[in-house]
Amino acid sequence: MAVSKLQRAQTRLAYLLILPATLLILAIYIIPIIFVFLGSLTDYTLVRDDYAFVGFENYQKMFEDEAFANALNNTFFYALMFLPGAFIISLVIAIAIQEQKQFRSVLEVLYFLPVTSTLAAMALVWSALMDSGQGVINNTLQTLGLARVNWFGNEDVVLVSLAIISLWSVIGFNMVLFLAGLTAIPKNLYEAAAVDGADHPLDKFFRVTWPMLGPTAMFVAVTSSITAFKLFDTVAILTQGGPDRASEVFLYLAFLEGFEYFNMGYSAALSLFFLGIILLFALVQALFSDRNVQY
Amino acid sequence: MADISSPSSVPTWFDRIKPKSFGRFVTTVLLFIGAWIMVFPFIWMISSSLKPTDEVYDADFSLIPRTFKGFENYYAVIFDQPYLIFLMNSMIVCTGILVIQLLTAIPAAYALAKLKFRGSTILFGTVIAAITIPINVTSIPLYIGLVRVGLLDTYFAMMFPFIVSVFAIFLFRQFFRSFPDSIIQAARVDGFSEIEIILRLILPAAVPAIAAFSVFSFVAHWNDLYWPLIVVQSQDKMTATLSMMQYQSMFDTDYGLTYASATVVTAPMVIAFLFARRLFIRGITMTGVKG
Repeated sequence: MAVSKLQRAQTRLAYLLILPATLLILAIYIIPIIFVFLGSLTDYTLVRDDYAFVGFENYQKMFEDEAFANALNNTFFYALMFLPGAFIISLVIAIAIQEQKQFRSVLEVLYFLPVTSTLAAMALVWSALMDSGQGVINNTLQTLGLARVNWFGNEDVVLVSLAIISLWSVIGFNMVLFLAGLTAIPKNLYEAAAVDGADHPLDKFFRVTWPMLGPTAMFVAVTSSITAFKLFDTVAILTQGGPDRASEVFLYLAFLEGFEYFNMGYSAALSLFFLGIILLFALVQALFSDRNVQY
Repeated sequence: MADISSPSSVPTWFDRIKPKSFGRFVTTVLLFIGAWIMVFPFIWMISSSLKPTDEVYDADFSLIPRTFKGFENYYAVIFDQPYLIFLMNSMIVCTGILVIQLLTAIPAAYALAKLKFRGSTILFGTVIAAITIPINVTSIPLYIGLVRVGLLDTYFAMMFPFIVSVFAIFLFRQFFRSFPDSIIQAARVDGFSEIEIILRLILPAAVPAIAAFSVFSFVAHWNDLYWPLIVVQSQDKMTATLSMMQYQSMFDTDYGLTYASATVVTAPMVIAFLFARRLFIRGITMTGVKG
């Protein structure tokens, strides 16, 4: 009797405790998502009051839209430049730093510094370093006898330049994730491998480190892919999609359609496509992390 | 060359020359060269912020300014330009977001972790699902809603999409679950109310998780460009990060000033990081997705 009374009081309290969060989740996530979907079926634009349901026309338009194809192409090309570096360089640095003794924490801090900094501000610095005229990078290239590069003016180079800036800002981040994974590998596995004749560092890497690092590696690969797909800040600050749409990546296109051209309906369809990609990555991660935990 | 096989427990300087140690020495040097590349943009930025405009892009570049304009540049940024207002706006928005996030997430997380109620599975499932939804997906309806109620260009609009953190609810719920039920039961028997249990038992134990989340939240919203770009229209609501947009066309700008303001915008988070390194690294990498 007393127990059930306590139980009831607890239940009432529980509802009270979840109330603010639940209402806000409804207002910030659930209702907007429903409206994104409904909006994507209309030709709604902020500049006109009337709008009509157009069915799946926006989605149809998406797959015929050259700007959409261009943005997807740009995003994938950028990811192709960005992902291998974000993965391999971070892993190599993590392994090298882990073997350091007295300098480990200094190096960790130096490599992590770009992660905490404001990318929008540092992008301005990079634009100066990469300046085609008197930038430090081009001057260095010239001193080394190499050709100067038009980092932001050349359509074929601009995505590479953006990938370099992103790499700079993300390497320390992935390095920390890899370091956590490396620290969790039991030392005796290396001793056992050494007994089996794995003396060479590469032997140790392929026999012990890499298999043990499976879940971490998967995690870094997936989260880096999401980061790549979310490229926005440096584009907004430095290139605005240019030159000639060569750096117009997916999220920037969705932003332009929604908040510059006010094609809200079409932009809603782009947003849902974006969500679909993110969910796909989340799904991949869920599938693989379950399987890989058992190493 | 020193003998490889001689075991010496006391390392001396020529130990470094042994093949194995030599490899390590090379690795250390390479790591420091890499670190120099990582830090160089900051050094260049600070150096340029102390120079007059014509020296920033000078052909023979030097880190030490030939003409020191540091005082003038920083004075202009802080007193002639509204940078104090921009910094204050960022502070207000980030602090407001964090406080409301904690106030909404901690009670909900406690209920999900320790109390039985109908609908808890649905709520938790919704929380997990919502974690995958970035602001970029919901920005259009949120923006239209704010336009409709006439609240665009207010602190409320700048904070609203973030005042409930589904990630915080998830994180704290996991953390609270590991708190022993027996202690909570004992406290109940002793006449503690649930609120007292949260405030006096759970919260003190959860300080590390709350601190890490706070860093994560503060840094993420300080550095956010996307949402302020959408809802901020007037200068007096501009955040420090958003103010960087005014330099996007670099024609006719005072470069010394530009990099002095870039330094002012980046400094708070970088300095805070240098003071609480462990906490920052833990907090920022907590979600696995950068910014």
